[in-house]
Amino acid sequence: MMKEELETTNRPDNTAFTQQRLPAWQPMLSAGIVIPGFVLIGLAFIGIGVALFITSQNITVLEKDYTGVETTSDCYKCSNPSDKNCTCKLEFSLSTLFEGPVFFYYGLSNYFQSQRSYGASKDEYQLSGDLDYFKTPISACSPYQYDANQNPIVPCGSLANSMFNDTFKLYQIVNGTKKLVPFDGKGIAWWTDYNIKYRNPSVTPLKNAFNGTVKPSFWSKPAYELDTSDPSNNGFVNQDFLVWMRRAALPDFRKLYRRITEGDYARGLPAGNYSLEIAYNYPVLSFGGRKKVVFSNVSWMGGKNQFLGIAYLVVGSLCVVMSMVMLIVYAKFKFPEDD
Amino acid sequence: MLRRRLNRLFGRDERRVDSRTIYVGHRPCPATDTFIPPKFCDNRIVSSKYTVWNFLPKNLFEQFRRIANFYFLIIFLVQVIVDTPTSPVTSGLPLFFVITVTAIKQGYEDWLRHKADNEVNKYLVTVLEDGRRARKESEKIKVGDVVEVVEDETFPCDLILLQSSREDETCFVTTASLDGESNHKTHYTVPDTEKGLESLSATVECEQPQPDLYKFVTFFSLCVVSLRSLGPENLLLKGATLKNTQKIYGVAVYSGMETKMALNYQGKSQKRSVVEKSINAFLLVYLCILVSKALVCTTLKYVWQSQPGQEEPWYNQKTQKEKDANLYLNMFTDFLSFMVLFNFIIPVSMYVTVEMQKFLGSFFISWDKDFFDPEIQEGALVNTSDLNEELGQVEYVFTDKTGTLTQNSMEFIECCIDGFQYKNRDSSTELDGFCVTDGPVSMLQQKEEEELFLRALCLCHTVQVKESTGQEDWVGDQVDGVLGLDGEMVHPAELRGFIASSPDEVALVKGAMKYGFTFLGMESKNMRVMNRDKDVETYELLHVLNFDPVRRRMSVIVRSKCGDIMLFCKGADSSIFPRVRQEEVDRISMHVERNATVGYRTLCVAYKLLSSEEYAQADAGLREARLALDDREEKLMAVYNQVETGMSLIGATAVEDRLQEEAAETMEMETAKSTCYACRLFQRGTELLELTVRTLEDGGRRREERLHEVLLDYHKRAVQDPPPVKTRVTSWTSAKQDYGFIIDGATLSLVFNSSPDSSHYKSLFLQICQNCTTVLCCRMAPLQKAQIVNMVKNSKGSPITLSIGDGANDVSMILEAHIGIGIKGKEGRQAVRNSDYAIPKLKHLKKLLLGHGHLYYVRIAHLVQYFFYKNLCFILPQFLYQFFCGSSQQPLYDAAYLTMYNICFTSMPILAYSLLEQHICMEVLMSNATLYRDVAKNAMLRWSPFLYWTLLGVYQGLLFFFGVRFLFSNPALQDNGQVFGNWSYGTIVFTVLVFTVTLKLAMDTRHWTWINHFVIWGSLAFYMFFSFFWGGIIWPFLRQQRLYFVFANMLRSVSAWLVIILLILLSLLPEILLLVLRKPRWPHSRQVRYTHI
Repeated sequence: MMKEELETTNRPDNTAFTQQRLPAWQPMLSAGIVIPGFVLIGLAFIGIGVALFITSQNITVLEKDYTGVETTSDCYKCSNPSDKNCTCKLEFSLSTLFEGPVFFYYGLSNYFQSQRSYGASKDEYQLSGDLDYFKTPISACSPYQYDANQNPIVPCGSLANSMFNDTFKLYQIVNGTKKLVPFDGKGIAWWTDYNIKYRNPSVTPLKNAFNGTVKPSFWSKPAYELDTSDPSNNGFVNQDFLVWMRRAALPDFRKLYRRITEGDYARGLPAGNYSLEIAYNYPVLSFGGRKKVVFSNVSWMGGKNQFLGIAYLVVGSLCVVMSMVMLIVYAKFKFPEDD
Repeated sequence: MLRRRLNRLFGRDERRVDSRTIYVGHRPCPATDTFIPPKFCDNRIVSSKYTVWNFLPKNLFEQFRRIANFYFLIIFLVQVIVDTPTSPVTSGLPLFFVITVTAIKQGYEDWLRHKADNEVNKYLVTVLEDGRRARKESEKIKVGDVVEVVEDETFPCDLILLQSSREDETCFVTTASLDGESNHKTHYTVPDTEKGLESLSATVECEQPQPDLYKFVTFFSLCVVSLRSLGPENLLLKGATLKNTQKIYGVAVYSGMETKMALNYQGKSQKRSVVEKSINAFLLVYLCILVSKALVCTTLKYVWQSQPGQEEPWYNQKTQKEKDANLYLNMFTDFLSFMVLFNFIIPVSMYVTVEMQKFLGSFFISWDKDFFDPEIQEGALVNTSDLNEELGQVEYVFTDKTGTLTQNSMEFIECCIDGFQYKNRDSSTELDGFCVTDGPVSMLQQKEEEELFLRALCLCHTVQVKESTGQEDWVGDQVDGVLGLDGEMVHPAELRGFIASSPDEVALVKGAMKYGFTFLGMESKNMRVMNRDKDVETYELLHVLNFDPVRRRMSVIVRSKCGDIMLFCKGADSSIFPRVRQEEVDRISMHVERNATVGYRTLCVAYKLLSSEEYAQADAGLREARLALDDREEKLMAVYNQVETGMSLIGATAVEDRLQEEAAETMEMETAKSTCYACRLFQRGTELLELTVRTLEDGGRRREERLHEVLLDYHKRAVQDPPPVKTRVTSWTSAKQDYGFIIDGATLSLVFNSSPDSSHYKSLFLQICQNCTTVLCCRMAPLQKAQIVNMVKNSKGSPITLSIGDGANDVSMILEAHIGIGIKGKEGRQAVRNSDYAIPKLKHLKKLLLGHGHLYYVRIAHLVQYFFYKNLCFILPQFLYQFFCGSSQQPLYDAAYLTMYNICFTSMPILAYSLLEQHICMEVLMSNATLYRDVAKNAMLRWSPFLYWTLLGVYQGLLFFFGVRFLFSNPALQDNGQVFGNWSYGTIVFTVLVFTVTLKLAMDTRHWTWINHFVIWGSLAFYMFFSFFWGGIIWPFLRQQRLYFVFANMLRSVSAWLVIILLILLSLLPEILLLVLRKPRWPHSRQVRYTHI
């Protein structure tokens, strides 16, 4: 009696788990699987690569630097930072139809939006419409927390303060007259940023919410007057503002400015001469930066990017070559060993 | 134990000279006028480490004493104090997790200890107070109290036995919980105290508490009667249990933490595994990488800032505070910030994972039913989980012969009386089953010799006869199971059970019984022996000169009926031979030598007739020595040596100890270099090199010279000569000549102790040992065993040693070796208690090393390498990103990802792998001992595999970062033309990272159980789910919503998908290639074999 009890208590459980005998699958990456696998993967990659490459090739991109470094450039006259309200022109011509919808980007180089202190210099509670933080912005916004008179800055912080403020007007020169190309400023920022993440305080009119605050020093207009044409595009839920607030990852970046989707230009920019009128406000030369505008159409893969297509082609062919090598090795060494 | 021995060896025994005086029952002797009750500690046992109040501070303090935890604490504090890129949460949370898990584990263990303590401390005992019996809690017992203990109770403290209910003034105890010996031991009452306990006033003068269980020196003085000396046989130890005695009274001498049990309850020294050393080395490398990364970034930052316009671009102006700050202080805080940013490269969770792996993994050993021995109803025991992987690294195995290689069930095989060999033949027709196999037979003279010899066997021992079932006390008591079955009519002699501390004593007594001399037992100091003529002879036992491993002999002094006083001595040949006449030695030594090489245990028996003057002298000497309070052992030893001289040798015995099942096979699996302290391991074709006292005494020259010569000669043969190539092509044995090497204890001490050239001899000896397949060291003292282990352990390349043994004499060796294994044999539990692992049989060693050890090593090595690798490719992109964010410590990944990477996303698969992986299945591992060599010498954790893993991490890290970098040369990655920001960048890199490291592990997994599937795919699914969830809602109470919809938007971009797939494949491509092209380590049945290119 005692002994039996002992046995049951002391004897280890005889289960698959405790005996390390769980049924297990033991994968073998044998050449028989790997070589066809590699060929398949390689072919698939080459296929994707070709598609990507062709797609990328079909995307038209027009890039123009307008920093005004060269004296020949029209914008050279505006490159002096003391010169306010300077406008300059950038003229170009298209020989064929620039297929639409055309996306209009502005680009900055050597501009470190990715700096930590810069990115941290904002008050997210303020930007989600919390009025308490209109009075006392977070200290991370310093030195754009309060102005010299200790008035709180709304929106505070370096990031908001340095919002890109060049404006562009595109004209098509038709028979010597300038025809305005209509810009579509909607849908350039992330939908969630515009509709959920950033909120204005629920005060009408919006202007009242900003009582007792001052606009960022670099801004020419307060936040509630960013878009005079569309009252719902003001305050923090302004598309341009939101585009700016989404920090670029790299120091050379582009940001979406407008889309050209309307009127005669819905199909794209027809061949012809164009003039881009630039309100040159944004100083970049002090830190060796550059400004550019980019016209581009997009495909299913986004903007033009040769890298992906080439990379896929390379890796795909690498796989195929690999499988060839393996096949040779396999043929050379396997057969004699085979029983 | 070892320490004690060493202390004795080096004369470092710090003995406290002062003794304590105890007044029995707190009654002062009338003689002493001023009675000051001495103060001793109370009887509370505190084995717990913490109390409720000090748990938190004390535990935290202990935990932060670990260097890794302390490092992370510093990082955390830096994050709190300095303005750092990541919030303190990112490193605080994992640290908190690690600390909490450990604290919970330790707290739970301590709670268990508290419970056990309380059980002991609150136990009610009966104490005699002024003649009345009072119930008291155990913890309230004071030194000097007279305590009553009834049968089957454990003693609440160390007691001196005053009164027993048994008539013969003895009591029986078992000390199973102290040293594991479950046999009954007899303890004696103090003489003259049987009556009048209530009024007894006496003082006890005893030593200060000391841990040695077997040593106790005390004077007991009754106020009226003279001094008495007491020894261990009068002391009842706390923790032992009273058996077969209704009740006893004893006076408490040591209480609470001063009892011998508590003093013995000290933690063992920590053994560290080589893997841990590797981890520390790798950690150092990574620490260097970390520091250099931080330095590079700090330098870059200031170089970059020195360019015009970059110091403080208008869009990112400094605050006034920053402008005012000291440049060097800024540099320093920047450096710290970078350290914090990159500190994830040191895997905080590795320690907790390794600990969990070891803890959980060791269960598989104790669960293994192959280790279960139906005889003793026990499986394997894991005393420490720190050394699991070390089992896969063993290079030298030291085993004790008796009980380890053998079953320790002794059988009397033959004896040699006066130069003639007697063998036990099975045929019962022959006279007494006992016949002479060689030599002339002069029957008459021979007969006398024979009888003397057999009498000696019957008398010279400490065996007790277990009383037969007739007595009332014994009914139902079957502890030792030696008794015959009730009701059956068995010959009385067969019914007899013998209890002894060592099985060969029983074997000898039984052997003598077979040949007609039966030991009947003790009757108040008289030993009764039934001779061949069925007459009972009685001998008065005068003295027992105890056995101890240093003397390696024991003696008894008896007085026969006719008044002759005789001394019988038995012991190892090396300890007997010098004490008898040389010509007798010559006659017998050959037999002994031969028996020993065959593998029998040999003992020599000698005797001496003492004249009454001699006896009187010896008696006086012994009594005096026993009364000594200081150096009692040494004094006794001196008297023993004095008495045991000039004896005459009667004969020698050979006892066979059967080899354990599969012992030979188990030993065979060891690599060619294993040193076996064992027998019967020489195979045919093994050349024997013998180095024993006998070979040394050939030339009649000084031993030292001879030793030198022989050593050099052997060294030349075994080491220097190119071994002759033999055509023995077994699967794994190298084709060189096998050498066997035999050395005995006496010679070994010569090797170790010959002063000037000692180190030279040692190295010669070591080299010979290392070039022999088997080294047999015979007749060694326990300390010598440890010396050999130590010598091999500290030799070049510091090989991993394993000692295996079953007896108390193996403990020093078990403690000395890297891994100590105890056999749950018959020689008590001392070895098991001191071992790291305990197994029931030697044959289990094979699976333990070849199976479990190999697997654990592979698992933990992979775990360690993988941890470093995954953190390297985790942090490398973050480092590279510093070149693209103006070295501003901008983190690439969101704080949640930084925190969760090691805790959640990548921790479970590797844990599952490290518990379940069987890259080669157990059966194959066991049947192919060569595979064990694949991982020998820490093969998977040396610098070259580490370099491989590191390069892999670097390659993948570079790939992740720059792959995405080129993608982001145009950040418009969606079909609606919108652009991605920095968090999208980081998330793409992170996604690739999580998938790659998980799939890398999946590729390394050779053994996919459902758990692996669940955990690997589950981790990836969890990552996806978490990312959706984390970016899916606006989190209340969080200021930053950086990842809001970043992940979802990323998934909407085809380009992001494509780049993720591309990068995962490209990072794993080299691995896949290696996997396919590498020669498989072990061919599976239907697997296509592939060769190296």
